[in-house]
Amino acid sequence: MTRPYAPKVITANALVSGEVVYLTADDRWSPDLSEAEVLEDEAHAALREIEAAARAAEVVGVYLFEVRHGPRGPEPVHFREAFRATGPSNRFHGKQAEAAPRPARAA
Amino acid sequence: MYRYDDFDAALVRRRVAEFSQQIARRLDGSLTEDEFRPLRLMNGLYLQLHAYMLRIAVPYGTLNAAKLRQLAMIAERWDKGYGHVTTRTNMQLNWPRLNDVPDILSALADVEMHCIQTSGNCVRNVTSDQFAGAAADEVDDPRPYAELLRQWSTDHPEFAFLPRKFKIAVIASKADRAAMRSHDIGLRLLEQDGARGFEVWVGGGLGRTPMVAQRLAPFLPEADLLAYVEAILSAYNSIGRRDNKYKARVKITVFENGLDAFRTLVEERFAEIRPAFDGRDRELLSHIRAAFAPPAWKVARTDAHDAALSDPVYRAWAGQNLSAHKNPDYASVTISLKTPGKTPGDISSDQMRALADLAEAHGHDDIRFTHEQNIALPHVHKADLPALHAGLKAAGLATANVGLISDIIACPGMDYCALATARSIPVAQKIATRFEALKLEHDIGPLKIKISGCINACGHHHIGHIGILGLDRAGVENYQITLGGDGTEDMVVGERTGPGFAYDQVTDAVERIVRAYLAQREGPGETFLACYRRLGIAPFKAALYPDREAADAA
Repeated sequence: MTRPYAPKVITANALVSGEVVYLTADDRWSPDLSEAEVLEDEAHAALREIEAAARAAEVVGVYLFEVRHGPRGPEPVHFREAFRATGPSNRFHGKQAEAAPRPARAA
Repeated sequence: MYRYDDFDAALVRRRVAEFSQQIARRLDGSLTEDEFRPLRLMNGLYLQLHAYMLRIAVPYGTLNAAKLRQLAMIAERWDKGYGHVTTRTNMQLNWPRLNDVPDILSALADVEMHCIQTSGNCVRNVTSDQFAGAAADEVDDPRPYAELLRQWSTDHPEFAFLPRKFKIAVIASKADRAAMRSHDIGLRLLEQDGARGFEVWVGGGLGRTPMVAQRLAPFLPEADLLAYVEAILSAYNSIGRRDNKYKARVKITVFENGLDAFRTLVEERFAEIRPAFDGRDRELLSHIRAAFAPPAWKVARTDAHDAALSDPVYRAWAGQNLSAHKNPDYASVTISLKTPGKTPGDISSDQMRALADLAEAHGHDDIRFTHEQNIALPHVHKADLPALHAGLKAAGLATANVGLISDIIACPGMDYCALATARSIPVAQKIATRFEALKLEHDIGPLKIKISGCINACGHHHIGHIGILGLDRAGVENYQITLGGDGTEDMVVGERTGPGFAYDQVTDAVERIVRAYLAQREGPGETFLACYRRLGIAPFKAALYPDREAADAA
């Protein structure tokens, strides 16, 4: 009996800004993981990856990564993707700073 | 320092124009990413975890105030207001946008700086001793040779597509302050029977198979330097492996073929090409050497320094952060970028500007990045030290911990780097703040901790007294500890202690190692490294793995 295909999301880096982006069901590259299309079928995921990789004018380094379903949408399974979705842990920079209102804190 | 002539300036501007056009062609689709990637790497532009990363070359770690001010402006205008000093004495920006890179490169060219060959399979930044030109134990300033090699290696047509990256270091003293023996080629300037020459080392490298360089030539006459180095590169380029990225460095080439066989190949090639080196390289060297004349030494009393020693804060700083200078009225100052709790090696734009002003006022406008991610002012008259210290304190740059346990080398790790398997920065922060809280730093004495966030070892963990390697073990960060590494002229790769530690356990593990050292050392005069060499790894393993000890004893 084959293992069920683990749900995946397609990610890349935006060509100009370099920021982490995720492919949505309506073919946008969103910086927000909660908007990402969750791919549950292996063949469909492979097709979506090929389509995404062709969008070389928008993104660089397209790949699939595993997610689990969470209360606010897909969540990364591996800690590397958790960091990519948040930003560095030593400075309040990257996505975490863009998402939340910036608290008053020293650099 | 070296100043560009018209040729140098034109070369850098042309390169900026060329790469700017390549970026434009990538953006308009004329170049694919596969075509663009090697080109952007040769210009120091990486794609990392959250953004691009731009690696700016700081040749042999040397800058002046004008360059540092420009880096401050660039970091503020096109990045997030800070830069990172690397273990190859370059500066990295973590957040540049692709479309801003042409402007950044132009701004760098305005101050005779560039990003050429800071990545890619080519000859990288030639590094040296941060106290070059100041150290009492050097034969002469090694940097003119580093500059000669920089010019020779830039856009060298034969070596634009090496099997892999190639790193060269040049020193001029027995003491190795540049980790020379961990380089692909290491050069040590010496004098023998009144003649100048080089000890030539080859095949050093850290990373997944760490190796200490082996001696290729005991005394290469100075005049033959460029021809011989070219012969080494040529031999490597011919037989270095291209089938396997992990076996492509020259250290593997030397290991697999044997040093003698490699030397034979080098000597053959050297004999072939030597006649073509007709002396123009030596003329160029003389011209370069003139740019490295020592500063006009200040003559003044040193009382201000002696008087200031009554202040305990100044005394602590002077005791830890100063090194002896060949001029007895001077000192070389190391500025720590390792304030406990901060990111090792990071410096803000404001701090860069403050440091630029201080270097101009008190340091003969001579600034050096060190391979241990600190900054040095090699020439400071002792009379200037109190004013310098006051200025550094005001800028948050006076942490008195150089060489102590909180003076940690840490690569960017998984907080920034796409290659990383674990974070390194917060591990460094936790260790530094732990020992600051315990107030044990001075009692512990000299202890070098080096942390890498993956097996590529950019944090030089193999040559740390305590080395920490962050890996991914079943989807969780796990840290392996090595002990007894040494990055000096007695270079030795550290020994692995055993199973790794989780992210929230590694600080305690380091504390257990340190307490074992404090308990078993002969006295405060015996450093950690000396104690390790005397006792071996066993007592430290016992401290790290107490349960295992108890189980073995049962």
